Amino acid sequence: MIAFITRRLLLGVMTVWLISILSFVIIQLPPGDFVDAYIAQLSSSGSQVSAAEAENLRKLYGLGEPFYVQYGKWLARIVTGDFGESMEWRRPVTEVIGDRLWLTLLLSLSALLVTWGLALPIGIFSAVRQYSFADYAFTLVGFIGIAVPNFLLALVIMYFSFVWFGASVGGLFSAEMALAPWGWDKVWDLMKHLPLPAVILALGGTAQLIRIMRANLLDELRRPYVVTARAKGLSEFRTIVKYPVRAALNPFASNIAYLFPYLVSGSIIVSIVLGLPTVGPLLVKALVAQDMFLAGTIVLLLGVMTVVGTFISDLVLMWVDPRIRHQMD
Amino acid sequence: MAEPILSVRDLKTQFFGPEGVVRAVDGVDFDVFEGRTLGVVGESGCGKSVTARSVLGIVDRPGRVVGGSILLRPAGGGAAVDLAKLSNEEMRKYRGPEIALVFQEPMASFSQHYTIGNQIGEGIKLHLGLDERAAKKRAIELLDMVGVPQPARRVDDYPFQLSGGLRQRVMIAMALSCDPRVLIADEPTTALDVTTQAQILDLLRSLQQQKGLAIILITHDMGVIAEMAHDVSVMYLGRAVETGSVKEIFTAPRHPYTRALLRSIPTVLAKPRTRLPTIEGSIPHPFERPKGCAYHPRCAEIIGPVCEKFEPPAVNTADGRQVRCFLHGGAPAQEVAA
Repeated sequence: MIAFITRRLLLGVMTVWLISILSFVIIQLPPGDFVDAYIAQLSSSGSQVSAAEAENLRKLYGLGEPFYVQYGKWLARIVTGDFGESMEWRRPVTEVIGDRLWLTLLLSLSALLVTWGLALPIGIFSAVRQYSFADYAFTLVGFIGIAVPNFLLALVIMYFSFVWFGASVGGLFSAEMALAPWGWDKVWDLMKHLPLPAVILALGGTAQLIRIMRANLLDELRRPYVVTARAKGLSEFRTIVKYPVRAALNPFASNIAYLFPYLVSGSIIVSIVLGLPTVGPLLVKALVAQDMFLAGTIVLLLGVMTVVGTFISDLVLMWVDPRIRHQMD
Repeated sequence: MAEPILSVRDLKTQFFGPEGVVRAVDGVDFDVFEGRTLGVVGESGCGKSVTARSVLGIVDRPGRVVGGSILLRPAGGGAAVDLAKLSNEEMRKYRGPEIALVFQEPMASFSQHYTIGNQIGEGIKLHLGLDERAAKKRAIELLDMVGVPQPARRVDDYPFQLSGGLRQRVMIAMALSCDPRVLIADEPTTALDVTTQAQILDLLRSLQQQKGLAIILITHDMGVIAEMAHDVSVMYLGRAVETGSVKEIFTAPRHPYTRALLRSIPTVLAKPRTRLPTIEGSIPHPFERPKGCAYHPRCAEIIGPVCEKFEPPAVNTADGRQVRCFLHGGAPAQEVAA
């Protein structure tokens, strides 16, 4: 088992390395070297870069040298935590992403919890009471949830909360708190703003997971081991929760891998609509403005999140399913 | 003979599907006695397994026991309890400590997510009120009793780590975990190879002698019946067409279906290159149950129109057997609507 985990970790590092090459290619993609682009961008916004400064930058990133030397220099700087400078913001990339990363993770995890908290019980209920009125009702709501894009839902909710309550629901902070330094007041403010975007982000995934849970559980409910459990005299509730539900959890575990990056990239439009200070909108802006260090860094970040998600998902699967645990020995 | 532990009378179980009602069990009678084995035999789909599940009240929806009685006599004597009248909640305390089931597919009948110790111990904790440690100790004893080697180590294994024969032994240990008085074995050896089959049957027989178990052995294998059963009930389309002691039924079968079944057992004494007799046709579709005696379209000894129009009643013959066939009497009292 330890050998398996080590192997997975090494593979993960390999994958991250490959992703870093991809990120670097993205940085290199615009015509000309990026110092040209940088100078052009700066001059368009009215400031000047001296020739000496430009020369320094070229030397720093090894421009003019072969591709692998440039990549090596870039990678060496990343390892020390220097992700370069955002051209648009004229600040280090780490500073630009800064809080946004943690807010994104917080929002994503909240959305994930809402998704599971709703999808698991509803899916179980729908399967156990198949073809009941409630099952049909959840199915209908579920399909609407799948069909309606999240951002549309966000717009509708914003519209009605403004018309009915006169409240603006955008953002993760109230206006006076957005720039305030971190403190208990700010955390409390965040807690008040978090639920709505989390629920909006969660709904699409919830609808999907309800369908998955229902279908899986319907399969499992017909298996002979469920009859065995009943024949032991277990109560119906215990029979269902201990045996078929446990077996139907596997897809939830393997789903984790895709959820992490999805919650970041899949939520871009919602984040823009709701004005959320997350990483998603930043990536879009960086790509539009050809802010290459910023874009490359975010792509690298998404890649790392996918790899970490896959790793976590492997660990959870091992925990959930003893067959997987024993196959590895 | 002593009072039976379990008497089933006119048991009827029906499935209410969207296409109509299937009468899976349609008036089954049998008695099970302490220390004796009742063999229930018949082709696939004749209602053997549904009968077993009906007795425990665990028929899957949309199926339901719709009639008849399942009388269980309490261990200390006293009035019999009609299990068919109990609610699901009341029935739970009989599943395991009174009547237990051994299933056909030991692989599919265990959950792969828990150790066998966990799955055996569950019923022990529930019905006998033992704690975790005592339940595990008892599980190890049970595994030892059914001949699982190194039980103290095996108890922490998962079902997928065991061979088919071992799994069936564990299944038997699980069924016996709360000392039931009636054991229903639903095709317990069908999924096993012949050597393992013989071992499992031996195990069941010796456990029966030790504990005085009443066993209901469901099978389609006449060989298993001949080896194991004291009494036999032959089922066809949800009914017991002939019931009697194993010796009588094998030496002098009365019902044409029983005769046909016995003729179709291969024997080493047969002349080489003769064809094995088979029963003509196949079991009718459950929605197209024949009018009259359900067996008449395939019957080689059909009498005439009476078989096509009337359902033969159960007739008790002089030697204590029960047969449903006009060849052995019975007035065509009630005409059966199709």
